[in-house]
Amino acid sequence: MTNIPNELFYTKTHEWVKKISQSVVIMGITAHAQEQLRDIVFVELPSLGKELKAGEACAVVESVKAAYDIFSPLSGKVIKINEKIQEKPQRVNEDPYGEGWFLHIEISDPNEFNALLSQAQYQAICEPAP
Amino acid sequence: MKKTPLYDIHLKFHAKMVSFHDYVMPLQYDTIINEHHRTRNNAGLFDISHMGRFEVAGDNAFPFIQNIITNDADKLEDMQVLYTPVCNEHGGILDDILVYKWHKDRFMLVGNCVNREKNFLWFQKQAVPYPRLEIRDLTDTVSLIALQGPRSLPILENTFNREFSFLNRFCFTDFIWDGVQIIISRTGYTGEDGFEIFTNAQNMANIWNLLMDKNSPDGLGPVGLGARDTLRLEAGLLLYGNDMDETITPLETTIDWTVKFDKDDFIGKVSLLRQKEKGMERKLAGIEMIDRGIPRNGYPVVKGNEIVGKVTSGSFSPSTNKNIGLCMIRSSFAKAGEELQIQIRNTHYLARVVDTPFYKSKNMIGCHI
Repeated sequence: MTNIPNELFYTKTHEWVKKISQSVVIMGITAHAQEQLRDIVFVELPSLGKELKAGEACAVVESVKAAYDIFSPLSGKVIKINEKIQEKPQRVNEDPYGEGWFLHIEISDPNEFNALLSQAQYQAICEPAP
Repeated sequence: MKKTPLYDIHLKFHAKMVSFHDYVMPLQYDTIINEHHRTRNNAGLFDISHMGRFEVAGDNAFPFIQNIITNDADKLEDMQVLYTPVCNEHGGILDDILVYKWHKDRFMLVGNCVNREKNFLWFQKQAVPYPRLEIRDLTDTVSLIALQGPRSLPILENTFNREFSFLNRFCFTDFIWDGVQIIISRTGYTGEDGFEIFTNAQNMANIWNLLMDKNSPDGLGPVGLGARDTLRLEAGLLLYGNDMDETITPLETTIDWTVKFDKDDFIGKVSLLRQKEKGMERKLAGIEMIDRGIPRNGYPVVKGNEIVGKVTSGSFSPSTNKNIGLCMIRSSFAKAGEELQIQIRNTHYLARVVDTPFYKSKNMIGCHI
């Protein structure tokens, strides 16, 4: 059974979101996503200050085989990026909800939270495991 | 979808299965990187039963084969293997194959999965002027696995309780073992020492299990198509459909050495000779990334503001820890040290042309003919 922490929000495209203040969230990709990708060997992150729109590609991860888009769960501005996963992409495999975080986003529309999934809803998407 | 005789075994080893042409094949069992290092440092076992296999027999077998290949089978001794392209009249590569010679009247051809039907039709068409020639598709009846890595020889000897050290690179042997015919060649697609093992489809699961049971405690493990691709790329070996196809001639690639103009007529000779005299406009070259980023098939190669070619294969290279690739580029840029840019998601990243192979195993013996 894949690890899906209860306190996070999720997207259908396998990103997770953690609220750290009224206006700031951290995002990354789920344990399920990194299990499917297996060896992550490259991560490309947006530049600081970039304006993101919910549902649009905001980063790229590459396994040995191929490149995959990562989608922004919410609209807002990139205020912090995890340079350590660019230097050591396997951190995303090792600790997807911790050291393997991607971005801090200053969100522009708190209503978008309503479109995100709960732990139970996300779990339903991950099962049955492909 | 077709399954190889080892399909159930792959599931038992929890392989991630993918469709490859018309077969369901294991992409990976563990991580691709672990399987890659296992092959470089110990040994890996690969199911490659999807590859096309043909027997060519009859007293016209030798001239028939000489006519369809660009390399020279005249240099081939009995029980030796030759790597060669098969070209069309324009010199375009129809397939790259291994030619196994028992003797001048009996050969086996091993080609790419994707070209199996095309090859069979081509061989039959080219066979018309040669009476008494028998061409049989063995793909469904004879299966094929590869044992690759520096420990392949002791593993093979331990498994079959016979010596194989007499086999030089690109040589093969056949023998009856436990009542079943087995063919073993010292060949492979990884840049490591290793062997390819043929036996009847019904018997292949037994051979696989025997190899695994006797040797997995010492580190032998199954390896999927994912690591097969990173291993072959590091070794500078070309992949049909990526690095070559019918629109590309061998002279434009790094296997130009397989075209032997000094032998008699062969299909494509006139066109290839004309191309050689005129000079090549484009050439396949190895690149390694200077900037971050992984080159992938189809990405444009840029010099200044001009597109001068495209990436044909690319990957993270586990053994060199670099991002590497092959690209088909304007010939004038295809020299080691030349700096180019790879366009990755609309951004240009710096790369440099390097000689292939990207990785040279110290365990490799012998050389090509």
